[in-house]
Amino acid sequence: MSGFDLIVVGAGIVGAACADYASAQGLKVAIVESATIGGGTTAAAMGHLVAVDGVPAEVALAHYSLGLWEAFADLPQAEFSRCGTLWVAGDEADCARIPDKLARLTAAGVHAEALDTRQLYELEPALVPGLGGGVLVADEAVVYPPGVARHLVDRAQRQGATLYRHRAALADYGVTLGDSTRLHGPVLVATGGALAELLPELPLRPRKGHLVITDRYPGLIHHQLLELHYADSAHGEAEASVAFNVQPRPTGQLLIGSSREFGKLGAEVSMPIVRRMLERALHFLPALGELQALRIWTGLRPDSVDGLPYIGRVPQRAGLWVAAGHEGLGVTTSLGTARLLVDQFLGRMPALDPAPYDPARVLA
Amino acid sequence: MTERYDVLVVGAGPAGLAAAQAAASHGVRVGLRDAQARAGGQVWRHDVLAGVPRLARRSIAAALAPAGVEWLAQTRVLLAEAGDLLVEDPQRARRLEYAALVLATGARELLLPFPGWTLPGVTGAGGLQALAKQDWPLAGKRVVVAGSGPLLFAAAATARRHGARVLGIHEQAGREAVARFAVGLWRWPGKLAQAMALRAQLLGTGYHCGSLVRRALGAERVQAVEIEGQHGVQRLDCDLVAVGYGLVPDLRLAHMLGCASEAEGAHERISVDGAQRTSIAGVYAAGEVCGIGGRDCARVEGAMAGHAAAGAQARAAQLQGARRHARAFAAQLRRHFALRPEVRGLAEPDTVVCRCEDVPLCALDGYTDSRSAKLATRCGMGACQGRICGSVLAELGRFPRRGDRPPLFPARLSSLSGEAAANPRDA
Repeated sequence: MSGFDLIVVGAGIVGAACADYASAQGLKVAIVESATIGGGTTAAAMGHLVAVDGVPAEVALAHYSLGLWEAFADLPQAEFSRCGTLWVAGDEADCARIPDKLARLTAAGVHAEALDTRQLYELEPALVPGLGGGVLVADEAVVYPPGVARHLVDRAQRQGATLYRHRAALADYGVTLGDSTRLHGPVLVATGGALAELLPELPLRPRKGHLVITDRYPGLIHHQLLELHYADSAHGEAEASVAFNVQPRPTGQLLIGSSREFGKLGAEVSMPIVRRMLERALHFLPALGELQALRIWTGLRPDSVDGLPYIGRVPQRAGLWVAAGHEGLGVTTSLGTARLLVDQFLGRMPALDPAPYDPARVLA
Repeated sequence: MTERYDVLVVGAGPAGLAAAQAAASHGVRVGLRDAQARAGGQVWRHDVLAGVPRLARRSIAAALAPAGVEWLAQTRVLLAEAGDLLVEDPQRARRLEYAALVLATGARELLLPFPGWTLPGVTGAGGLQALAKQDWPLAGKRVVVAGSGPLLFAAAATARRHGARVLGIHEQAGREAVARFAVGLWRWPGKLAQAMALRAQLLGTGYHCGSLVRRALGAERVQAVEIEGQHGVQRLDCDLVAVGYGLVPDLRLAHMLGCASEAEGAHERISVDGAQRTSIAGVYAAGEVCGIGGRDCARVEGAMAGHAAAGAQARAAQLQGARRHARAFAAQLRRHFALRPEVRGLAEPDTVVCRCEDVPLCALDGYTDSRSAKLATRCGMGACQGRICGSVLAELGRFPRRGDRPPLFPARLSSLSGEAAANPRDA
């Protein structure tokens, strides 16, 4: 039997970030992952580092994390590209929402600026004519999430963490691995969409998304482009929704999203929702129509019931902690999540008020 | 926009042509689809100088002439769903519905990495042949043809016809193996005649057994090759090098449909029963996708699949003897042209394996599955989506490629977003 200060189950980007930060604090850490490091939702994600205004606690965690991401700006494996985020206003009603959006982002500490029509087309001439303006968040960036997850796990190992390539079952104050090895110590469950296997008491709904990647077309767009309504899709309760969300990859490829569907658990590509998603994208960027799509894939966002992740101690379970349920913002908020969790674990005062993310809220 | 066919044939090479002809003979509505502008497939690709052989002309005419056959040229299959395919041609995308589907998707050339194989001027053997037929300028060029199998003769003959100076054909299989293959050819007189005709066209061109292109040399483009033969290593100056190690069945559409497959060496072929039925109801397969067997085998199996897909099981059954005979030839080919282990060891650690994303072989060390390797190195993430490096890595004994995602070919985004992309049954 091996004893650890913290056993992190799951090496997606959230678990990897927690293991990295915990081991950097001098804790003796175990990482347990049976599948590919960063191979689940992390690998399916766009890798957009973004503060989505809407739920204040979510913006706060995103903003806190975005500051921490600056330490990765020069890491080759991160493929960090500071393309900025440009929120595009579709019509007059959208334009009327610009001041509110700006105010919410500014209140959270995000540096954002309003764009009028002329400024919008100067930045992104490929956008469909007739748009009213937008909001630019110039500092935001995109990364390659599986590369970051692997880097964090590697770094944690250099800081003394031990990686176990097995499945884990919870045991009394520890876990039992697939080969019957027993690891002893407090456990952090960071298994994302598979949370229910270990912590069925925390409600989690997989929310399926599709992405399309194109061949290389450098220079067609310059910023990650999202429609101003994006949060309506991200925070809405619709069974199926799509939003305009296109990212320029550092390779010159374009990554086209996004879709959200409840109740779909398989990895298969569903053409009706892909079609809706692409129609939305082509509406804003007509030039996409003649470009070549190379591949379509899917992923499952782990969605908690109230749009905020579970970060903290699991009530009524001794020595059990959780960091999961980040929906579409797990990459952005992974670094902040790790600080928030490990600082609480060590009895320190976290930089953010941990109460909104406390899993106890859904068990009351 | 949707078209509906009783029998839809995917691929218009020898197998697909025979399938379309056989199915049409029963009066059903047949769609014959191919990505190329002309029917004939890779083996009967139209040559700007020589056209196509008489057998090809007859087969194409017999398949396209019947009133019930609709020829769908330059049409690529993007994805498959139950009962229909989403396709695009240069103008538009549409759905093709079918009652029965015949997969005659053929094979791809097996390219294996060696130092210098990504230099301009290095192609596959079949690749060079296809380029020559499309009038790629070869006049006066010094060409080395290498690799394995009978395709080398065909490639060399085509290159010569287009004015190339073929410096030699280098077959990796040893002299004894090739001799045993030649001795057995009398059982397939058609093959023997074909081989003799090719050999006659290649008089004066050396055929070297047990000979490997170890390395292509050059700065901007290939200028020479290093050949390891029975007399040691020699350097040969040249303008072009065509290296092909045989063929690999193209199973991507079959996999997307869920058809069961089985091992063919390090690769896979579709499993079919005695009537060319796959494991998926209503889906038949014929020719190279069922295992590399060559043109004659493809024609027999195509006819069987076409008859069976049109409901004429008895007609299909009559051809089983002919198929056994043709498949026995395929077994001979596989046995006598089996790759020597040295072929798999030509790549050096810094030799690029994934040509789309420039991933060297050493970057893949330590990975045991294609997905982990892809996520970490981008291997297989590029425009070809692993079509080339997937076969390479399978042949090199690393890991097979898994999990093809749609579209099967790069597709216009408008094809995936337009009317056709939505299956009417999902509405």
